[in-house]
Amino acid sequence: MTRPRAIDCDLHPTPAGLAALVPYLEPYWRDSVEERGMEALESASYPPNAPITARADWRPRGGRAGATLAQLQAEALDRFGAGIGILNCLFPVQLPFSEDMSAAFARALNDWVRAEWLDRDPRLRASIVLPMASPEHAVEEIERLAPDRRFVQGMILAMGEVPAGRRTFWPVYAALERHGLPLAIHAGSAYRHPVTSVGWPSWYLEDYAAHQQGFQSTLASLVTEGVFAKFPGLKVVLLESGVSWLPPFLWRLTKTWKGVRFEVPWVDRPPAEIVRDHVRLTVQPFDAPDDPDLVRRLLDHLRSDELLLWASDWPHWQFDGDAVAPPGLPADLLPRIMVDNPLATYARLREEGVPS
Amino acid sequence: MAARYVVAPAAEIPPGARKVVEAGQGRRIVVFNLGGEFFALLDRCPHQGGRLSEGKLCGLVESDEPGVFRYGRKGEILRCPWHQWEFDIRTGRSWHDPERTRVRAFPARVERGAVLREGIPAVETFPVRVEDDYVVVEA
Repeated sequence: MTRPRAIDCDLHPTPAGLAALVPYLEPYWRDSVEERGMEALESASYPPNAPITARADWRPRGGRAGATLAQLQAEALDRFGAGIGILNCLFPVQLPFSEDMSAAFARALNDWVRAEWLDRDPRLRASIVLPMASPEHAVEEIERLAPDRRFVQGMILAMGEVPAGRRTFWPVYAALERHGLPLAIHAGSAYRHPVTSVGWPSWYLEDYAAHQQGFQSTLASLVTEGVFAKFPGLKVVLLESGVSWLPPFLWRLTKTWKGVRFEVPWVDRPPAEIVRDHVRLTVQPFDAPDDPDLVRRLLDHLRSDELLLWASDWPHWQFDGDAVAPPGLPADLLPRIMVDNPLATYARLREEGVPS
Repeated sequence: MAARYVVAPAAEIPPGARKVVEAGQGRRIVVFNLGGEFFALLDRCPHQGGRLSEGKLCGLVESDEPGVFRYGRKGEILRCPWHQWEFDIRTGRSWHDPERTRVRAFPARVERGAVLREGIPAVETFPVRVEDDYVVVEA
């Protein structure tokens, strides 16, 4: 019996500018973009020429990295042999302060990914990009797209306007749980606040490294506000979060919980256990030295072989050549990460099975 | 084999009060009076050795869902003064890890001096009078 092929859980198709989405906007917003002279919507998270935004050999001359299905197929899906790939669009619909504009761009982006990607390669699945500036809009978008089983999760950014665990967002999590959709949290910010808690950084390096703090704070919010107590069926997938920070963060969270748990009595077991039961992470980037012994010790600290999900992070530049697997990962863990763990995480991927 | 120690006249530990006593081999034990019931714990947190006798006695808060505070058992939960770990004074078990993290609890009760005069080894740093009540700890 052949094994199912790998499930790549983090792929980033990139619209070639705002213009690519215009045909998918509703008429009012289509005209509004033109009348306002909006030519671009760019986030500081992935500046087009930043090295991490696209690998050098994935930057086409005169074109944009990650912009076409042919690029995705040649550079990632076919090349790395994925049976299924999950598309997580990072076009920054989260940036507009207008809830209505943000939701309109989210609808256009989700329709764009459906028409130009999902409809054209049966291996593809996608995140519903959620306009979290308005939980009502986010719920509407889940209800609109959940009937299409190719949408396998809802996606938000690690840094929003308020911590993600707040009850104002619970209708969103209720809708995700009801439809069997995990909540994906991708690196990135709606830039309502500095990306560090000490103020605006000067450099891109600080910005990118700070996303780890954003993930930690968001995770702490989800745990302490009781999202997993309220929605026991909800899974969370951290995308492009890095992995190596997790164990020491959970040590601190769990240690401190013992002394203040009476303030959050719904956190009725150690936070590390809650996270292990509900949260998954993609393996690119992994953020560990190449030393296999160090990686093995890190995996021991995770205390579970169910947490990690395969991902190339295409077209972001996390590795060279075909080295999707972070150096030092034990070979016997790979089938779990590539197939078993994604299948256990994504209910909708289990429905049809994975091509072998 | 536990020995029985007469550790204090009962009147010295009124309801809500606590007293640190010694019971054999210099062992420090803290005795609580909870509404007339007496409980005794080793005065040493199993975490890092904090003096539990200096901790706050609180109620127990639990929750059936976020935002719901189910509160009761006022005065029965002891918080270590060092790291605020919670211990049930009835059992010595911690809230967060009741099987593995627990402070030693000793049976404690009140007995009449007349009974005690029948020849129990006691910490007789005070006179035992037949007509008074005394706290006895098995430790």
